[in-house]
Amino acid sequence: MFKILKYSFFDLMRSRWSYVYFAFYLVLGFVLLFLNNDVDKAIITLLNIIIVLTPLIGTIFGVMYYYNSKEFTELLLAQPIKRSKIFMGQYLGISISLTLSMILGLGIPFVAYGLFRSAAIFNFSLLLLVGAFLNFIFVALAFNIALSNENKIKGFGFAILMWLFLAVIYDGVFLISLVFLNEYPLDKFSLIATMFNPIDLSRILILLKLDISALLGYTGAVFKNFFGTNMGLLTSLGILMLWVIIPVWRINRKLRKKDF
Amino acid sequence: MIEIKNLHKKFGKLTVLDGLDLEIKTGGIFAILGPNGSGKTTLIKSILGMVIPNKGDILFQGKSVLQEWEYRDHLNYLPQIANFPANLSVTELIQMVKDLRPKEPNEEDLIRSFDLEPFLDKKLGNLSGGTKQKVNLVLTFMFDSELIILDEPTTGLDPISLIRLKKIINDEKAKGKTILITTHIMSFVEEIADKIVFLLDGNIYFKGSVKELKEKTNQQDLEHAIAKIISGNHV
Amino acid sequence: MRSFLLLFLLLQFTLQAKTIEVCASCKVNTIKEAVDIAVDGDTILIRKGVYKEHKININRAIHIIGEGRPVIDGEGKTESIFAIKADGFSISGLKLINVGMSYTKEIAGFFVSHSTNFFIKDNLLDQVFYGFILQRVKYGVIQNNMITGKAVNETSAGNGIHLWKCNNVRIEQNSITGMRDGIYFEFVSKSHISDNKSFKNIRYGLHFMFSNNDEYHHNEFRNNGAGVAVMYSKFIKMHHNTFHFNWGSASYGLLLKEINDAEIENNIFEQNTIGINIDGCNRINYRNNHFIRNGWALRFTGGCYANIFEFNNFMNNALDLSYNSRLNDNKFEGNYWSEYSGYDLDKNGIGDVPFRPVKLFSYVVNKTPEAIVLLRSLFVDIINFSEKVSPVFTPDNLVDPKPLMKEIKM
Repeated sequence: MFKILKYSFFDLMRSRWSYVYFAFYLVLGFVLLFLNNDVDKAIITLLNIIIVLTPLIGTIFGVMYYYNSKEFTELLLAQPIKRSKIFMGQYLGISISLTLSMILGLGIPFVAYGLFRSAAIFNFSLLLLVGAFLNFIFVALAFNIALSNENKIKGFGFAILMWLFLAVIYDGVFLISLVFLNEYPLDKFSLIATMFNPIDLSRILILLKLDISALLGYTGAVFKNFFGTNMGLLTSLGILMLWVIIPVWRINRKLRKKDF
Repeated sequence: MIEIKNLHKKFGKLTVLDGLDLEIKTGGIFAILGPNGSGKTTLIKSILGMVIPNKGDILFQGKSVLQEWEYRDHLNYLPQIANFPANLSVTELIQMVKDLRPKEPNEEDLIRSFDLEPFLDKKLGNLSGGTKQKVNLVLTFMFDSELIILDEPTTGLDPISLIRLKKIINDEKAKGKTILITTHIMSFVEEIADKIVFLLDGNIYFKGSVKELKEKTNQQDLEHAIAKIISGNHV
Repeated sequence: MRSFLLLFLLLQFTLQAKTIEVCASCKVNTIKEAVDIAVDGDTILIRKGVYKEHKININRAIHIIGEGRPVIDGEGKTESIFAIKADGFSISGLKLINVGMSYTKEIAGFFVSHSTNFFIKDNLLDQVFYGFILQRVKYGVIQNNMITGKAVNETSAGNGIHLWKCNNVRIEQNSITGMRDGIYFEFVSKSHISDNKSFKNIRYGLHFMFSNNDEYHHNEFRNNGAGVAVMYSKFIKMHHNTFHFNWGSASYGLLLKEINDAEIENNIFEQNTIGINIDGCNRINYRNNHFIRNGWALRFTGGCYANIFEFNNFMNNALDLSYNSRLNDNKFEGNYWSEYSGYDLDKNGIGDVPFRPVKLFSYVVNKTPEAIVLLRSLFVDIINFSEKVSPVFTPDNLVDPKPLMKEIKM
């Protein structure tokens, strides 16, 4: 697995898109910090970008890599290696290279700005951690979709749809149901609805550390008690972990029956 | 060497292999022929473990290969389309495949015979189709394995490389290897194959030498013989 | 204010006052005894020690000075330690502890009524039910006292400094914590509250009711249960105060309820659930205030008219403004909004496009508080944007036509 990981990582790290992605974050980081001079505000803006962009890029890269390396994968499949190792190697190769682009791209401007001397270091690290989780989650989801769809166009379409659903539509439905179910106590419902969307969960996780904890308190004790504590932080990270593990598990299950 | 028993494979509603039985003995060159969609690629991929049959068994050197992977160290495969990671160099790709297999490789002679030295440090994404196919051939023949499976090996090769390929195949045969080839180039088959396995509608229609096929169909050359089988069967 | 102090000093010199010493081994060994024999203008010097006394009645112009911080222990009795009805007295340097709790009586460390011209300063009050109760007094000064309590719930706790029907009182440089309300004003006028620290009180840091023409400034209100409440009052000046860390489901930096004609200037509101909750307030000028990282910077809950918001900084608040109606009669002009994304082509420091501080999302959250979990999600950004383009739910004239490009320096 690590051999495959090594080579697909090398391959991706040298691809043009990795550079573009890296450069994008680099420029973004510098612009936010040096035009604003406000680390907190920069982190909030970054949050907005990371929770939307990381899933999108992860999805697109995941699907693209799968379909583009189909023939090469066939060559690998004829080698004496287990199938699951090939795909796990490729999966980790993409996820790690994307995460690295993000961490370096954002890390360099923040370190240059003097992050280590700032109190925002914890928030920033959490932001990167959540970004990394989103990469791993959405590449895994993209692989799932690609494995289930032989047709490239269809697979691509489904992947974008999934992103659109989780990034936008889900929240729309969520908000509408909150407004319509206004008369009922909605604390638990909101809490659970958040758990079922990794983007929402990531967003809440960061917001808790930034500005939302008191606002959540406003909506009732359930939220505050859950998200306001270290236990809540650990549980949320645990659920993000599940969001990685379950799709990865399904990839492996799917592989056992898959014809190439 | 390979024993295939009652192999069934369906893709959705389409039956591709329908109770196929085949035995291939050690040594010699076998051409697997058949019209488009007759199940050639599916058969090869089943042997390689890339396609998982619905029913039946495949034995390689006496052991079932289903859900196994170690046996693939004893075979070399040349895929039909040579498409490699664009940002790796030729050397890195060769190194990678060497890393993946425990066997001792012997790539230098092959690189030399296909004149690949100038391309070794080039990125695979920048190579022409023919050069990629040469790299593909190097990857296939650099290990010493009992079984060699070639899927359309002649695609994109210039005449010189083709001559070299034929030589390599004949050398391997001389070492007592078993070689399975699929191709649409009948002259290539006629020149090189010891036996023909002809697939039709997911089953073996004919198995024997080129001469036997010609006699059976009463035709002078192989192309016509094949055409006769296909048309005769379908009209 | 100054004049009565001068008068006070003059009195000291003209009358040949005597000094009564109180200590365990002195001729006079209780404070009560000393108070009984003292006449106007006398000084009682209390030496270091513990005095278990309560219900010390003072009705003459005497001066009590503690030396080495003597402790007066009320032993949890349901009586005030000092009950004072006198003009021109002063008390300083004491430590008052253990004033009992009562659900029926108002009991304090210092219970002062019907008094004028007095000075109570430099005292420590610990574990008192009420710290100070001032009724119908005027021209008094409460200065540099430290009041600590261990209040658990609102019904069994008293206020730090409690004023009822007073005028011309000055409350300054006190520190109050662990009480119900830090400072409580009811029917108090022409009084000043300045340089106090009121923190970790279970209800309000400062609570104003029916009090007009008062001024409070340079105070710090921090971590109070619900923040500071100013209700049913007129002509109040509030400036240079800091309201911060009032985090909680019903907390705010400042609650204004039916306040008219007030001036709110140069205050800092930082990290409160709601910076200012404004309910039915008219003709208030908000100038040079700083709203930093609050949940809501401003939240309007009742009809509010003719208020002016100028030159304030709104920085990194989750929501700048929450508005309850579609009508707007308030003026927002020349503020700095950190969310503003417009441009300034003519380089005059004023953004060329107006800023809309009310988001559709804040309207939704008003109706459905749980929706706050969707803060900063892409969907919310999209609906906010569409509302910005064509306002349907929010008042379309609620704009800052001259948003500043740079924040105002504090």
